Amino acid sequence: MSDKSHDPNQMTGAAMIVRALIDHGVTDIFGYPGGAVLPIYDEIFQQSEVQHILVRHEQGAGHAAEGYARSTGKPGVALVTSGPGATNMVTPLTDALMDSIPLVCISGQVPTHLIGNDAFQECDTVGITRPCTKHNWLVRDVNDLAKVLHEAFYVATSGRPGPVLVDVPKDVQFATGTYHPPRKSDVHRSYAPRVKGDATQIRKAVALLANAKRPVIYSGGGVINSGPEATKLLRELVEVTGFPITSTLMGLGAYPASGKNWLGMLGMHGTYEANMTMHDCDVMLCVGARFDDRITGRVDAFSPGSKKIHIDIDPSSINKNIRVDVPIIGDCGNILGDILQVFKAEAKKPDVKAWWQQIAQWRARNSLYYRKSNDVILPQHAIQSLFEATRGKDTYITTEVGQHQMWAAQFFGFEEPHRWMTSGGLGTMGYGLPAAVGVQVAHPDSLVIDIAGDASVQMTMQEMSTAVQYELPIKIFILNNQYMGMVRQWQQLLHGNRLSHSYSEALPDFVKLAEAYGGVGIQVHKPADLDGAIQEMISVKRPVLFDCRVAALENCFPMIPSGKAHNEMLLPEQANDEATAKAFAGGKALV
Amino acid sequence: MNQPASAYFIEDRHDPNETHTLSVLVQNEPGALARVIGLFSGRGYNIESLTVSETESQKHLSRITIVTTGTPMVIEQIKHQLDRMIPVYRVVDMTLTKRSIERELAMVKVRGEGEHRVEALRLADAFRARVIDATTESFVFEITGNTDKINQFIDLMRPLGLVEVSRTGVAAIGRGPEGM
Repeated sequence: MSDKSHDPNQMTGAAMIVRALIDHGVTDIFGYPGGAVLPIYDEIFQQSEVQHILVRHEQGAGHAAEGYARSTGKPGVALVTSGPGATNMVTPLTDALMDSIPLVCISGQVPTHLIGNDAFQECDTVGITRPCTKHNWLVRDVNDLAKVLHEAFYVATSGRPGPVLVDVPKDVQFATGTYHPPRKSDVHRSYAPRVKGDATQIRKAVALLANAKRPVIYSGGGVINSGPEATKLLRELVEVTGFPITSTLMGLGAYPASGKNWLGMLGMHGTYEANMTMHDCDVMLCVGARFDDRITGRVDAFSPGSKKIHIDIDPSSINKNIRVDVPIIGDCGNILGDILQVFKAEAKKPDVKAWWQQIAQWRARNSLYYRKSNDVILPQHAIQSLFEATRGKDTYITTEVGQHQMWAAQFFGFEEPHRWMTSGGLGTMGYGLPAAVGVQVAHPDSLVIDIAGDASVQMTMQEMSTAVQYELPIKIFILNNQYMGMVRQWQQLLHGNRLSHSYSEALPDFVKLAEAYGGVGIQVHKPADLDGAIQEMISVKRPVLFDCRVAALENCFPMIPSGKAHNEMLLPEQANDEATAKAFAGGKALV
Repeated sequence: MNQPASAYFIEDRHDPNETHTLSVLVQNEPGALARVIGLFSGRGYNIESLTVSETESQKHLSRITIVTTGTPMVIEQIKHQLDRMIPVYRVVDMTLTKRSIERELAMVKVRGEGEHRVEALRLADAFRARVIDATTESFVFEITGNTDKINQFIDLMRPLGLVEVSRTGVAAIGRGPEGM
C-alpha cells in the first residue's frame, strides 16, 4: 500500500460528514452541539463552506430545516447530539414524514462499545426514529459512512421525499477511513421509485378528462414537491382544459389564487364551491394528494358520482382511503406532461360552461363571509390586511397550527409554490416560528412572516433568540385571541361549550417579550390602527413579535362537521346556535 | 351508526377479512425485520405468522413470509407499505398467485403411557410425523405440512398427553420453474 497520509480521501468520520454536506451542495445547517457530536462541531469550526445556525432547542433545528427545505426545494439538514438531542428531533421528523419534506438529520451516538449500556445521553435513536423517518441508519464502521451519507441524501430527496436520519457513534466520528464522492452505487438496489407513468393508464385518464361534463382538478403538495416543471404543467393543463381547480392545504400556490379557475382550498375548512364541486363532479383528477381525512369528510359519501384519476408517486397512497378508477403511479410532473401531450393531440377542449354556471351559484354563497367590526379586529380581516400589505412583495408565509392557520389558508392568496410553509399532516403547534427562521436563512432578503396563534407560538418561542443572533428579520404575526382557538371552537361545537383548559390564562406581554429577546414588539387593538401597524412591522428590519389582539370567540367557517359529506357544509351565515347544534348532534367525542 | 361528535369520521367497516400469505425479499441488514414488524404494529395490521431467514448469503438477501388477515383494501395497503420500504426488493402475494406451496414445521411433545402412547405413535405414522426424541414416558414428534394439517395433528395429540408445541411459522414458495 502506498502512503495513505497524502490521500485526500483519507479523513476522520467527522470530516467526512462535513465533506459530504459540501458535496451535496449544502450551505446551511441547523443544529445544537453536545457531547456525542463534538468532533463534527470541531470540523464545522475549521471551515467556512457550510454555515451552521445555532438553534435554542433541537425541535427548532428540525422545523427550521423543514422551512428551509420547503421554501427552496432542497433538502434541509439538522445536526443534533445523542439522547435528548435525538428525541427532541422526533416531532420534526414525524412532521416531515407526514408532509413529505426532504430532511437529513445527523445525530451523534455514544461510542460503539457503549451502545446498549445505558450510557450517558444514550438512547436507541434508530429504534425511536424508525417509524418517523423514510429510512434511517446506524453507522458502525467509518468506511461505510460516505456511502450511507450519500444514500441518505438520495433517499430523502427522491421518490416521495421524506426525512432520513444517520446516527453516528462518537468513535466513528474520530476514526479515520476512506471517503468517496457521491456515486450511483451508493444506493440500495431495492430502492427504485417509479417516475414515469403507465401509458395505458394515461390514455384512460385522458379519455375520462376529454369526456367530462363536470370535471375538477384536485392538487396537493406532491405537485410542489415534484418541482417547478410540475407547477407549470398543472397550470397549463388547467388552461388547456378549462377545468376548475382546488388544492389541499399542502398544495396552495401550485395554481395561483388569482387564477380564474381557482376554487379555493377544499376540505374541512375549504370553500363551499370547492367542496360542492368535489361532491358533484363526474371526473376528478387528483394530482399529488392523498385523500386525507380532512379532505374527504365522510368517506362513504365522498364524491359519490365521479370517476377518479389519482396521480401519486407513492403506490401506498392509491386506494388507501378512497377507491379510485384510474391510478397512475409516478412523478406528477412527468405524468402531467404525458397527459397534456396526449390531450392536446387527441382531445378537444370539453364544454364545461354549464358546470361553471353551477359553480358560480355555489361561489355566490360567499362561504368565507365574516362580519367586520369597527371596535374589534376580526382575525380574517387581519389576514386580509396582511395579504394586501404584502401584495407584490417577495413574501414567504409560515404558520403554526389552529384557527389562524385555516384563516391564513383561506384569506392569504398564494401565487407561487414554495411560499407557504405549514404543518399539514401532523398539525404541529410550534412549527411556524422555527420554520420562519429556516426560510429566512434561505432567503435573507425576503419578507418572511409566521402567521401565529398566541398558544402555538409559545411552544417554540425560544427561537426568537436564534433570529436575533443571526439577524433574521422574521415577522411573527400573532392572532391573539387569548384562547387555543381551534380547541375552544371544538369545545363550543361538540362539548357543550365547556372550555376545558383552552383559555390562555397567563399570556406573556409579547411586546416586552420581543424586547427581552432583542427584537421589536408591536401591539394593536383597534381595526383603525391595523394597517399602519402592519406597515411598521414590514419596514422594521429586525425580528418582530406582532401582537394582534383579535375577537376572542370568532369561529372558523365554513366547516364540514364530522361524519358529514362535502355537501353538508356549515356556512358562516347559517352557523347560528340551533343549526350548529343540529349539525353536531351526537354523543360524546371518542377521539 | 350514530356518529359520536368527533373531529374524526368514525367508520365501521363491514368488509369481510381475508387471510393472505406474503413473501417479502429484503436486504439482510440490521433493523430490517424490526422495520417490517414495526410497520404491522404501527399501522394496526395483523400478523398470524411470520418467519424470516437469510436465503442468499452472497447477496445478503433474507426472505420473510408473513401470514396476515385484513379486508381486501387493508391487504393491498400492507403490500404497498411493505414494498415502499427502502430495503425491500419484492413483495409477492402467494395467496393471489394461487400457485404456491405452504409448509410449516412443528415439534410436538407428548407424554403418556400404555394405550395413549400406542395411539400417539399410530396417529403420528398416519400424519407422517417422525419421532425425533423418545423416553419411556414421552415422544417428541416432528411434523411438516400446511397449517391445517399441523393444527389437526396437535388437536389429536391433546387428549393423548400433549405437553408443548414449537412451530416455525409458515414458509411459502411458488410452484413451477420461476423464482419470485
